Amino acid sequence: MYDERIGVRKTYKLAIGGQFLRSESGRTYVVPDSSGTFSANAALASRKDVRDAVVAARTAYRGWAGTTAYNRGQVLYRVAEMLEDRYLQFGEAVSAGEGSDEVKARANVTMAVDRLVWYAGWADKMAQVAGSANPVASPYFNFSIPQPVGVVGVIAPQRSSLFGLISVLAPVIVTGNTAVVLASEERPLAAITLAEVLATSDLPAGVVNMLTGRISEVVPVLAAHRDVDALDLCGVPADLAAGIEEIAAGSVKRVLRSRGAEPDWSEPPTPRRMLSFVEIKTVWHPIGV
Amino acid sequence: MVTSTRVEPAGSGYAQWPAMLVPGAQLSEVMASEAMLRRFLSGLPGVDQVGTELRAGALSTRSIKSDAKLWALDMAVRMVDLTTLEGADTDGKVMSLCAKARRPDPANPSVPAVAAVCVYPDLVAVAKDSLAGSTVQVAAVATAFPSGRAGRQVKLADVRWALEAGADEIDMVIDRGAFLSGRYNMVLDEIRAVREVCGAAHLKVILETGELETYDNVKRAAWLAMLGGADFVKTSTGKVSPAATLPVALVMLEAVRDFHEVTGRRVGVKVAGGIRKAKDALRYLVLVNETVGEAWLDPSGFRFGASSLLNDLLMQWTKQQLHCYVRPDDFSQE
Repeated sequence: MYDERIGVRKTYKLAIGGQFLRSESGRTYVVPDSSGTFSANAALASRKDVRDAVVAARTAYRGWAGTTAYNRGQVLYRVAEMLEDRYLQFGEAVSAGEGSDEVKARANVTMAVDRLVWYAGWADKMAQVAGSANPVASPYFNFSIPQPVGVVGVIAPQRSSLFGLISVLAPVIVTGNTAVVLASEERPLAAITLAEVLATSDLPAGVVNMLTGRISEVVPVLAAHRDVDALDLCGVPADLAAGIEEIAAGSVKRVLRSRGAEPDWSEPPTPRRMLSFVEIKTVWHPIGV
Repeated sequence: MVTSTRVEPAGSGYAQWPAMLVPGAQLSEVMASEAMLRRFLSGLPGVDQVGTELRAGALSTRSIKSDAKLWALDMAVRMVDLTTLEGADTDGKVMSLCAKARRPDPANPSVPAVAAVCVYPDLVAVAKDSLAGSTVQVAAVATAFPSGRAGRQVKLADVRWALEAGADEIDMVIDRGAFLSGRYNMVLDEIRAVREVCGAAHLKVILETGELETYDNVKRAAWLAMLGGADFVKTSTGKVSPAATLPVALVMLEAVRDFHEVTGRRVGVKVAGGIRKAKDALRYLVLVNETVGEAWLDPSGFRFGASSLLNDLLMQWTKQQLHCYVRPDDFSQE
């Protein structure tokens, strides 16, 4: 019918509160692929998009933190199922963005799926491992349990656009936090496609809000925002980190500092990231003498 | 395209209205009979629905920033009638509301007190006690609020009761049933009767525009209320949807402007119901400035009936000062 079909290009938008929106500012920026040629335009988030994303995350928080741990695990497992189902598509996206060959990129996607499953399993085990029944010298049953801290700002790793992203996002949401994520600045496309997966995986709207844009523009606003309870600075370059931490201190946020070079995500994970975004609540329950 | 010039009535015709509509009559005379009143009200120039909505929409796109925004937020806070009108209201709730009315943001002493606290008559005494020594007025909704479905004597007794308990302001509802079936005199009589009972107390007349169907009706009801002696005309009870909207406020402001032109008496406007965001409040202020002018930009000329609006105003205020987005939980939800 046609000699040459004109491809239908995808518009990469922000994911805020379960909706896919252009930036409030109307701006976009060019995302090149690994070879430097044009690959797509991504939305360039403004401070008002940050504001809207935090409102969405805060709105979703009560419901998400209130679901049973078992249920949260099931939802994360469902995300893994959806991702597995689309591993070819993600393999292509990762390969284009990161410049690895497709076989390697697909392996990268399966590792991301496995990482999700690993964290999903933690959902209903966190309390047993991080919580405790404490012996006290008075007639109380005293116990401590981990609780989510609230809305967490996540600055995704800059190099590993899917596996790295999932390795920082899953530990935040599995314990009941909601997240405002800034995707890798140069490689944001896999993150937006991931947001499309999340939107169809039983994850309530607003639990993960995905922004694309400039670290220098978005992160200071996120760090200063008083309704953000914690920050994961994983993807923040070393020269900006100190300034961001200083801003975050203004509202006494929990900050998981960037460790300079991006970690090797294929290393076996530990509960450290999950524990960074929980608060230990201790209950003194009176008992009969 | 928005111009900053106010729309003035064509020529100086407004002052001649009563005489034009009811030949040879002064404004006081149009109230002489049901027929004269009907002739006057139905003779009021019709409201251009499309034009009104367009103008309200155009004015709502104005952007108010930095110093002007802080000024407007301060003004809006001073115009708030902090309201609680629930069946579940308790003394405790009213007391905490009053504390908030006196000092909306305990962390920021530069935030002024609100204009008034608005409660049901049985809670006026509690509010009056809690607000002793402050500038905050106590407003009571009376006359069988919100439906207004009660006998005249009951309504007047309701008003007296509120006044005896110490209410400074009375928010009455008009009889929408009578108005919609064209018994304008009955509505007018009732407003005048309440006015008489009120004495020096400030009278706000609620038109419940959500039930009046057309802008023309809103305009007529506003004129009726003003003829009856209202100090304020108020859009809604907050119990009916739609409540306050920008076009309705525009129609009422224009009626107030025309009434001022004819009689020289300044009547205020109160918008109530559904105004939750500072941005909405600022839009109303633009409307006031552009329709009736700066003289009305004062709690004696314009009010917001609201509860959750106050917190958003405080949040915007704090954001302007700290230059960062703030946390809703940092502001008391009472």
